[in-house]
Amino acid sequence: MAMASEAPKDGFRLSMLIYDTRFRSFTIQVIVLILVLLGIAWLVDNTIQNLAAKDKDISFGFLWNRAGYDIEQQLIPYTNDSTHGRAAIIGLLNTLVVAFWGCIFATVIGVFVGVLRLSKNWLVGRLMTVYVEAFRNVPLLLWIIVVFVVTSETAPQPKDFKVTAEMIQTGAEPAAQKVLFDSIAITNRGWFIPGPLFERPLPTINLGSMSINLTWLAVVIVLVGSFWANRRVLRHARLVQEDTGIRPVTWWKSLLILIAPIVILLVAMGFHLDIPVFPTDDAGVSKGFNFQGGILVQHSFSALLIALSLYTGAFIAEAVRAGVLAISRGQTEAAYALGLRPGRTMNLIVLPQALRVIIPPLISQYLNLTKNTSLGIAVSYLDLRGTLGGITLNQTGRELECMLLMMAIYLTISLIISSLMNVFNSAVKLKER
Amino acid sequence: MKKSVFLGVVAATAMTAGFASAATLDDVKARGELLCGSNTGLTGFGAPDANGNWVGFDVSLCRAVAAAVLGDPSKVKFVPTTGETRFTALASGEVDLLVRNSTWTFSRDNDLKLDFVAVNYYDGQGFMVKKDLGVSSAKELDGATVCIQTGTTTELNLADFFKFNNITYTPVTVQDDSEAQRQYLAGACDAYTTDASGLAASRATMADPENHIILPEIISKEPLGPVVRHGDNQWGDIVRWTYFALLIAEEKGITKANIEEVAASSTDPEVRRLLGLEGDSGVMMGLDNSWAKNAIAANGNYGEIFEANIGTSTPIGLARGLNALWTQGGLQYAPPLR
Amino acid sequence: MSDTHAETAFIRTEMLAPALPPVTERGAIKWLRENLFAGWLNTALTLVSLLLVLMLLAKIMPWWLNGVWNANSLGECRTIAGPEGGACWAVIKARWHQYIFGFYPQDAYWRPILAFGLMFVALAPVLYYGLRSGAKLIGVVAVLTVISLALLDHNIVHVLVIAALMAGLFALSWVAPKRLVYVTLLYPFIAFWLLWGGSIWKPVATLLGFGVLVLGYRLVQPRLGVVMGTAIGFVAACVYWLFLQGFVTGALAGLPPSLPAVGSDQFGGFLLAFVIGVTAIICSLPIGVLLALGRRSDMVLIKTLSVGFIEFIRGVPLITMLFTASLLLQYFLPPQTNFDLILRVVILVTLFAAAYIAEVIRGGLAALPRGQYEAADALGLDYWQAQRLIIMPQALKISIPGIVSTFIGLFKDTTLVSFVGLLDPLRGVTQIVRADINWKGIYWEPYIFVGFIFFLICFGMSRYSMYLEQKLKTDHR
Repeated sequence: MAMASEAPKDGFRLSMLIYDTRFRSFTIQVIVLILVLLGIAWLVDNTIQNLAAKDKDISFGFLWNRAGYDIEQQLIPYTNDSTHGRAAIIGLLNTLVVAFWGCIFATVIGVFVGVLRLSKNWLVGRLMTVYVEAFRNVPLLLWIIVVFVVTSETAPQPKDFKVTAEMIQTGAEPAAQKVLFDSIAITNRGWFIPGPLFERPLPTINLGSMSINLTWLAVVIVLVGSFWANRRVLRHARLVQEDTGIRPVTWWKSLLILIAPIVILLVAMGFHLDIPVFPTDDAGVSKGFNFQGGILVQHSFSALLIALSLYTGAFIAEAVRAGVLAISRGQTEAAYALGLRPGRTMNLIVLPQALRVIIPPLISQYLNLTKNTSLGIAVSYLDLRGTLGGITLNQTGRELECMLLMMAIYLTISLIISSLMNVFNSAVKLKER
Repeated sequence: MKKSVFLGVVAATAMTAGFASAATLDDVKARGELLCGSNTGLTGFGAPDANGNWVGFDVSLCRAVAAAVLGDPSKVKFVPTTGETRFTALASGEVDLLVRNSTWTFSRDNDLKLDFVAVNYYDGQGFMVKKDLGVSSAKELDGATVCIQTGTTTELNLADFFKFNNITYTPVTVQDDSEAQRQYLAGACDAYTTDASGLAASRATMADPENHIILPEIISKEPLGPVVRHGDNQWGDIVRWTYFALLIAEEKGITKANIEEVAASSTDPEVRRLLGLEGDSGVMMGLDNSWAKNAIAANGNYGEIFEANIGTSTPIGLARGLNALWTQGGLQYAPPLR
Repeated sequence: MSDTHAETAFIRTEMLAPALPPVTERGAIKWLRENLFAGWLNTALTLVSLLLVLMLLAKIMPWWLNGVWNANSLGECRTIAGPEGGACWAVIKARWHQYIFGFYPQDAYWRPILAFGLMFVALAPVLYYGLRSGAKLIGVVAVLTVISLALLDHNIVHVLVIAALMAGLFALSWVAPKRLVYVTLLYPFIAFWLLWGGSIWKPVATLLGFGVLVLGYRLVQPRLGVVMGTAIGFVAACVYWLFLQGFVTGALAGLPPSLPAVGSDQFGGFLLAFVIGVTAIICSLPIGVLLALGRRSDMVLIKTLSVGFIEFIRGVPLITMLFTASLLLQYFLPPQTNFDLILRVVILVTLFAAAYIAEVIRGGLAALPRGQYEAADALGLDYWQAQRLIIMPQALKISIPGIVSTFIGLFKDTTLVSFVGLLDPLRGVTQIVRADINWKGIYWEPYIFVGFIFFLICFGMSRYSMYLEQKLKTDHR
């Protein structure tokens, strides 16, 4: 048989393309390539024919037309005079902001619940199991609706915060009060939270369609600078500790570096909070429909965020539990032998090791959460699907363009997330030497 | 490779293979069934009952067309479509006809390559508010939060109305009517805006209808009507004239109950033409001469359909208003059948 | 010596009865102390949890208990429940059949039920190849099927015939469990015929295509070998399906037996969810296996294509795939083609599931010890023989829990089809129920009902897959 592999060099027969392992993979790949190209050509040809039959073309020009509709949550300025393209960007930002906070909250919930599920407390353990099983076995769509409705039915209406003339006469209080030093109003339209205002803001630079707000740029630069400086101090402290064994006292330095510059900057720019209030007339009677001032965190946003976090949190909890259980009992026992308390054992010994097991499923949960933001359609959260793939598609009738663009954007987001997390994964991976 | 085989199997077994060619009429006749794009459920206008039979104002028009073309009002298959999928379903030939309270607008007529062939309901966008809000005009809604259904022309109208009156609002987009109603009742929005007919239907089913008012402003024209594909004039004519036949029937007092009697006794030439006793009106459209008679016999004339589904005797309780015949001060007017 | 001891009175001859542990170390108190009140943190957690549970119950129970079961409209419900309000379960009573079957004709409910029951019979050989315990499952399913039929179908003949059929299958699974594989192979065609109805010859004619494939293979293989045999058989089958089957079906169309045809537009509720979910998972398995093999292939082009496909599908939300099915597929298919939305959705969901299944199977392949591959090589098996005889049986077995959880995810995600206008149980059917003037304004009851059924099904499946995982573990580590 060994002889057979030394095939005669002379004479190439056509059947060798199939039966000779040296050529076979080449043959298969060529055939597949041809088939794939044919398939693509078939699809493209069909598309061209169909477009021609419907008297349509492929053009992304509509992105520069006036959108004409309003979006309730805008992270960058937008009016109904803005273009469809800008509406799509607003939608994209709305998608990203839900995905971002959702990943953070889901991780916190997941780790917390995953650890609590292993708790010795029977009641807590069972409750966490109920939570995990309930969320894992019922469609996300239902949970989004449930959270949305429950929060909007239980929170008070803005109307309940109003002071009427009778209330002033009788000295009665309105039905609902703001929380946290009278600064945040939780209503069923969303959370009215204080917004930042600057008395002496820095100018805004306009660069064509882009505008750069120097005020916020300055804040970000100062914050980043402080953090960098703080890290320098800490690194220095560590070096000193390694050299001499004595760690210099750093906490006051850190505190000063982190807090002083930003406080000085904010005071210089005249920073104060814009507290949401009901406009009142001279007698103190509330008028109008809503709170004025501050920032409104839309109800659809918070409900979607909560539902996504709870849903994904249940899956992350399972991953965390599996990760913790994968760490051998000896590690915990060794930690106890060293005199560590259970809490610290979990934080210092078990979780860091479990992280390696947890991260791969965590990546896929983050991806799922990001993709699931598209279910904001159930509560009409205007994310990318709601703007580009919803209202814009509906108003312009450009389904091919809108859908292709939307898919491309989702794909890009997913690829970015998975590559970022893979980098992180390889950073924490057990270095085998 | 696998996929194409699968498609091949699918194409061969072809559960319901339809073909969207220029001659919709031939397709419908060959199929023996009319595919009618409907709403996914809108009270009074189109929804299936407990036995799965579709009923409603729009549905009745579909049945009339089926009766005119195929002679049998039950030979309709209703395809529920959403705001996003409705026009694509029509353009791709998935449905022959879309009767789904869609507003006739310029861009839909021209840009989307659709043909609105008639207006079976003249509607307008209105606002509903709670009585205790103390608002009597839509112009007093400055700063209000407004619930609005997404994927419709209403959101554009709303933006235009507030912009034109130089007042502000916060939109709360919702997916469907029942969700909008819930949010409005929970106080998540101060006002709910949609077509006035929809507002009336919502109000009628609330636990406390007396505490809600519909504001007098009608901020837009919403001519709702059946839609067909652009470029098939024959089919467009059939749908249009089926609808007109229902109107003429009301004008002439022909009802589902008396149609046989009228056909036997009437001497009015237009009635005789309508019921196929004189002339070749059906043949000209490629149909049977009794097309209009079948259409009327299916669900009665326009007035009967209106009263049975959304009229004042139903819980929805819409008055004829703009939708009365032109002879009674409304806008419903059929060209002469001759 | 022994005598003296025996007479010594102060030495015990029998053991003292053991004293009970202290009261804090036994019974309920011990359990409570260890499990609920160990330490102040634990106690606090317990109290907080108890408080939460009680508050929730206090909020929900009155509404729940004050539910109304008999009413014809929401208005009546409100009147009966009175001012304190209560759940209106009457809507479920009036419309439950639409939540389960959609608009499927009521006198034909036995067809989906039978198809559902047969699904378990078809699954038994996969899960318990040649084992008696499969027969137990079939026995339970048979009893349940007959009971639900007896409740829903008033035609006694149907019930008896189906009871006999199920009894026959049970007997078969008891006597010759391996024969059940034929049921599995035929099941897709049987289920198709049962659900959609029409002439039985349509699925039979399609089935004939596989006969053509085998025939082609048998004829060619002795002369030109396995590869050419498969290829030619495949091409012949394709030619048959594309060009000849129409004639065969046409010729046999009028012949009995046939069932009344039911259009896809009448599918809805959980029936639709199952049709989409099960079809997609079954069809995606072979595609998933090929993609997983492609991803592990040495051939650059094949690998790139597989990776590209998998990552593309996994990178976009399912909802965009559904909109593609509804809005875009018409552009990509030849002009004039138009088949119904459910089929288009099934195709796109199948592709979607295939990418996930491929990843699950890739995991299974990666989990196999290298030695298995080497052993296959050492035996002189070629690539496909090795896959078929050694690698795949093991990899698929490892992957079963993953496949089940993919199916659970997919099954839950079928609720999204309501966004393209199909009647899924959660939003689609609820929307049409609410469009009825009698039930307009109803809110929680349908969601609770549907959510509960979803929970039962998904929870049951996940528990079953955990049990399977335990059972299939053959490596005695």
